[in-house]
Amino acid sequence: MGLRSMLDSLAPKFEKGGKFEKMYPLYEAVDTGLYSPPNVTNNTAHVRDGIDLKRIMITVWLCTFPAMFFGMYNIGLQANEALAAGAGTAIEGWREMLIALLGGSAHNAASIWDNFVFGAAYFLPVYAVTFIVGGFWEVLFATIRRHEVNEGFFVTSVLFALTLPPSIPLWQVALGISFGVVIGKEIFGGTGKNFLNPALTGRAFLFFAYPANMSGNAVWTAADGFSGATALSNAAEGGVQSIIDNGVSWMDAFIGTIQGSMGETSTLAIFIGGAVLLVMGIASARIVAGVMIGMVATTLLLNAVGSDTNPMFALPWYWHLVLGGFAFGMIFMATDPVSASMTNKGKWFFGALIGFMVVMIRVVNPAFPEGMMLAILFANLFAPLIDHFVVQANIKRRTARVSQ
Amino acid sequence: MEHYISLFVKAVFVENMALAFFLGMCTFLAISKKIQTAIGLGVAVIVVLAITVPVNNLIYGLLLKEGALTWISPDFATVDLSFLGLLTYIGVIAAMVQILEMVLDKYVPSLYNALGVFLPLITVNCAIMGAVLFMVERDYTFGESAVYGVGAGLGWALAITALAGIREKLKYSDVPAGLQGLGITFMTVGLMSLGFMSFSGVSL
Repeated sequence: MGLRSMLDSLAPKFEKGGKFEKMYPLYEAVDTGLYSPPNVTNNTAHVRDGIDLKRIMITVWLCTFPAMFFGMYNIGLQANEALAAGAGTAIEGWREMLIALLGGSAHNAASIWDNFVFGAAYFLPVYAVTFIVGGFWEVLFATIRRHEVNEGFFVTSVLFALTLPPSIPLWQVALGISFGVVIGKEIFGGTGKNFLNPALTGRAFLFFAYPANMSGNAVWTAADGFSGATALSNAAEGGVQSIIDNGVSWMDAFIGTIQGSMGETSTLAIFIGGAVLLVMGIASARIVAGVMIGMVATTLLLNAVGSDTNPMFALPWYWHLVLGGFAFGMIFMATDPVSASMTNKGKWFFGALIGFMVVMIRVVNPAFPEGMMLAILFANLFAPLIDHFVVQANIKRRTARVSQ
Repeated sequence: MEHYISLFVKAVFVENMALAFFLGMCTFLAISKKIQTAIGLGVAVIVVLAITVPVNNLIYGLLLKEGALTWISPDFATVDLSFLGLLTYIGVIAAMVQILEMVLDKYVPSLYNALGVFLPLITVNCAIMGAVLFMVERDYTFGESAVYGVGAGLGWALAITALAGIREKLKYSDVPAGLQGLGITFMTVGLMSLGFMSFSGVSL
C-alpha cells in the first residue's frame, strides 16, 4: 500500500464516466507530478529519453533559485541600509510583524539573517499571490477546456514575481498575473500555443497600467519615504561617472547589491542558474549568444557615434550587461522556447534583435530607462516572421541543389 | 539629412500607422492570413503612399492652401481652396490605385488575384488618407512628405507582415470557439501594439 496504489484507486473516479470526470486535469497534474506518466508511444520510430516538459520546466524553476535567494537578501540589504541611514521609515503592518516574529526586527544591515528575513517577507507574499491567482486561472482553463495543467506555469509564475519591484501592492500582482496567464497564454490554447512570453505580457500590462508602482525612484526599496534611483536611471543622467558617484562600482552591480526588481539585480546569481540551463541544453545557447552579440555590437556602434547631450551613448557594454534586467531577460525570458524563433539560424537573428533593441531603448528612448522587457516583447512579434524567412531560404537552397 | 532620417524612423516605428494609430484596420485584419499576400499588399501600400503623399503635398501647396494661387496672379492672395482638400486627396488616391491595379493585373496576376477586392479597397484604406491628412496638418515640405509617405507605408507593411507571421503560427493553437477568427486577431493586434510601445516616448 503506497501512494501509487492510492492514486490508482482514485483514478476511476476521475476518468471518463467517473464521479469527478470534470476534475480530471487536476488529478492528472498530481499523478504525473509525483510519478512519470505511464503512457508510451505505440507506433514505431520514437526516441526514449527521461526528459519531458515537466523535467524541463522544473529545471528552469530550480535555476531561478540563486537569483531568487540573492534577491531576497538584497531587498533586505537595501531596505535595512536605508533605515539605518535614516532615509526612510519601516512600513508598519503585517509584514513588519512577520519580520519581528522571525527575529529580524533589529533591521541590522550587516546581519545576513535580518536582511534575508526582511526580503522573504516581501518576496514570498508576492510569489504566493502570483502562484495562487495564476494557478487558479490555469486550473480553471484546464478544467473547462480539457487540457492538462501545465508545469510551464511554474516558470511563468516565478519569472513574473522576480521581475516586480519589492513594494508592489499585492492586488496589482494578482491583476498582472491574471492578464499574463489569461490574455498572454490561455486564450491561445495554453502552453506552447502563445506568441508572447506570458510573464512579460503580465509585467508589461502592469508597467503601462500602474507606472507609479512599477517605475520611478520610490519603488525599488521597501522603506517608506525612501527614494533611490536604479543604477540605470543614474546612468541616463550622467553616464558611468554618475553611477560611481552614487557609490555603485561595477563589481557591486555584478554581484547585485543595487536597486532594482526583486530578482534581476545579481548578474552573478543569474549566470549561475544560466550556466546550468546552458550546459543541460534547456536554454538555447544560440539565443543567448545572439543577444550578447547584438548588445555588444550596438553599444560599440553607439560609443563610436557619441553624443554631447546624451551620456547613455558612452555607456560601455560591460555596464549594460550588469545593469537592469539585461542578464535576467537574456537567460530566462529570451530563451523561452515557445515565443522565441524555432529555427537554429533564426535564433541568432532573434537574439541579435533583442540585443539591438534593448540598447536602443535604453539609450535613445527617454521615456523608459529600462528596455529589456519591451525589447523581448518586440522580438517575440517578429520571431515567427524570422522563422518563415529561414525556412523559405532553406527550401530555395534545396530546390536549387535538386535541380542541378 | 539627419532630419529626414529621424522623420523616417518616426514614421516607421514611433508613429506606426497600424499599431500606434490603428489606421487601415480593415485590410490589416483581412489580408493577414498568409505572409506572401501580406507582403504583396504591404508593397502595394508603400507604393501608393510613396506617390500620393508627395503629389497631394504639391496640390495642397500650389493650389489649395490659402494664398497658394499667387503664382498665377497676385490677385488670388486671399483665395482659400482648402475646403476642396478631402475631395482632391481621395481623387488622387483613387487614380493612383487604379493605375496600380492595372499594372499588377498585367505583370503580377498571381498577386492581383490574391489581393482580390482589397486592392481597389486601398482607395478607402484609412492609413493612406490618414498619412495625407497628417502631412497637411504638420505642414510638411515636399521632401519631408516624400520621406513620410515611404516611412508610413513601410511601417504599415512591417506591421501587417509581422501579423501574418504570427497568424500563420497561431494556426496551430487551440483558440476557444468564441474567439476564433477575427476575435483572436483583434487580441493579437492589441498585444502587438503592446510590443510596439517600446517606441512610445522617443522624440527625434
